[in-house]
Amino acid sequence: MNSLNNSVGADKVENEGIFTRFLRATEIDARLLGMIAALIMIWVGFHLYGLLVNGFGAFLTPRNLWNLSVQTASVAVMATGMVLVIVTRHIDLSVGSILGFSATAMAIMQVWILPEILGLGHPLIWVITVIFGLMVGCAIGAIHGYLIAYLGIPAFIVTLGGLLVWRGATFLLARGETIAPVDATFTKLGGGPYGAIGATGSWIVGLLACLALLGLLWQGRRKRVQFNFPQRPIWAETFLAIAGCAIIVGIVMLVNAYYWPKGIVRQYAEANNIDTPVSEIFISHGFAIPVLIMLAVGVMMTFLTTRTRFGRYVFAIGGNPEAAELAGIKTRWVTVKIFALMGTLCGLSAVIASARLGSASISLGTLDELYVIAAAVIGGTSFAGGVGTIYGAILGALLMQSLQAGMVLIGFDAAMQQMVVGSVLVFAVWIDTMYRRRAK
Amino acid sequence: MSNSENQTPLVEIKDLSIAFGGIKAVDHASLDLFPGEVVAILGHNGAGKSTLIKILSGAYKRDGGEIFVNGEKADINNPRDAKKYGIETIYQTLAVADNVDAAANLYLGREILTSYGTLDDTAMEAEARKVMGRLNPNFQRFKEPVSKLSGGQRQSVAIARAILFNAKILIMDEPTAALGPQETEQVGQLIHQLKKDGIGIFLISHDIHDVFDLADRVAVMKNGKMVGYAKTTDVTKDEVLGMIILGKCPDGAIPGPGAMQEA
Repeated sequence: MNSLNNSVGADKVENEGIFTRFLRATEIDARLLGMIAALIMIWVGFHLYGLLVNGFGAFLTPRNLWNLSVQTASVAVMATGMVLVIVTRHIDLSVGSILGFSATAMAIMQVWILPEILGLGHPLIWVITVIFGLMVGCAIGAIHGYLIAYLGIPAFIVTLGGLLVWRGATFLLARGETIAPVDATFTKLGGGPYGAIGATGSWIVGLLACLALLGLLWQGRRKRVQFNFPQRPIWAETFLAIAGCAIIVGIVMLVNAYYWPKGIVRQYAEANNIDTPVSEIFISHGFAIPVLIMLAVGVMMTFLTTRTRFGRYVFAIGGNPEAAELAGIKTRWVTVKIFALMGTLCGLSAVIASARLGSASISLGTLDELYVIAAAVIGGTSFAGGVGTIYGAILGALLMQSLQAGMVLIGFDAAMQQMVVGSVLVFAVWIDTMYRRRAK
Repeated sequence: MSNSENQTPLVEIKDLSIAFGGIKAVDHASLDLFPGEVVAILGHNGAGKSTLIKILSGAYKRDGGEIFVNGEKADINNPRDAKKYGIETIYQTLAVADNVDAAANLYLGREILTSYGTLDDTAMEAEARKVMGRLNPNFQRFKEPVSKLSGGQRQSVAIARAILFNAKILIMDEPTAALGPQETEQVGQLIHQLKKDGIGIFLISHDIHDVFDLADRVAVMKNGKMVGYAKTTDVTKDEVLGMIILGKCPDGAIPGPGAMQEA
């Protein structure tokens, strides 16, 4: 029976098309390519629509794409955590409220409390605030995780309760006010001209990313050789290296092509006594800090899910909770850790969101849970459990945000936007279900 | 209960009880197992075989009774404890994590780590290839999630996991239920090989022919109670069937508390 299977497989290999062979050789996930294709279609579609209908294609401009990356950061950070939650067959409806609560707690810390103790503008204020915010998020997540894992209350109910409880608590804590202005250094974590690392910094980041990519490819190949496992053909390795580096360089050039607005440049010139006329100064934004935070979270979460025990247990529990328990995994403790991690990431998103606004309003993060869940699901995380990737969730967040931003740019009204986003979510899951059924 | 009384049993279960609600799933059951021996536990559906074994493997917590491993009292409260005593279990439901590959399943809960504390997947895959090569040389699909494998292949993954960590006591709950004849044969050979290595095996089965081929002794349960114990050489298949169905203990067997009382 086995030899029969093998020969059938061999036939397939001979008959498969160039595209399939390309995918097999490079070991690129077909789903990843599908998402990138969808993303490009959306981008080009909105650009062309703007060009034809409004006479100006605003979408594929450095400015819009740069803003898009900053807008994506907050939801993408949370979506990486939501992947783990959904993979273990849970759900977290409270992320928006945790974000709101952490943001308010941080705002109170840095606006009302710390200036009293350290003095206004003290350089440590933002550090203490950020750590405090992450701890608040982590604590709330851990409480949810405890209720779910040890008291056996369904995650849906616990986090639905959390959605209401923490939003209410935010209101009480802030006494209904919007707390502002936040610390000046803290604001940089939200992006903006001062919250970006400039052209040189971006090239350094890009270079490091290229080196990391090459290093990973080389190390992967060496390990396969060492254990005599099948390797990718050389052409596939070369393709991956060149394509990867080209994409990285392209992104760096893109973020560097977006220059500071004239008003900011004038301010900057006046502050630094520069005599050159403002119209002749071009200062690149480069990568925004929240985007770097998002990328760092993406790398760390990918590492966590694929290279550590914790990640392995998360996926094993998602695939078969009973088997994981029988294999000796402390499934309840892992659940608590997952929710605590989710909460911490909400705290981080709260940093990004409130820094971007320069204030903490009590409605910050409202409905974010839906965008976060949608991003994870569009990114290929399965509600049946056990399947999902971090990069998928980040791409999913980018896709959702692209739709949103694109519709604003071409002037759809809010009601229409909601309808489109909702339909796209359902459509994406339908496509995914079909894909999975065929893959089996 | 056995001929080798001068030897310390590998496992000795004394008066084990567990109740779910008002139902006594296992009622004061006792059983022992010696090195290199295969003891089959027989009984109807719902007789308490699987439950008894799940207590031993730490999946259920017992209400009463004691477990001794190598003559020493063992404290088994969860699956991790059982593994510490060298008790490995192959479950009827094939407890494998469907969405990860064979190597990840073999090492689930006991992963090989690199010096940085990260998962050493290549090392695990290399070990997995070795052990699977011994067990099932046809097995090649190491990269695929276990859900894509056939029943027999999944079974060999489950068995490989149990023997990979030098089990002293192996519990096999219906190991051949999901298998075809050829794979059943393989499992039989494997059991003989493990016996030679001095591993004690509890075999739970419906199939009385299987049992007579593989087991040294049988223990029959009915309604949560032990009907009796017998060497497979001392009783016939029909007599064992009588024990299973009626609870009637033949002459060659040692009666337990669940044996039908002769009027």
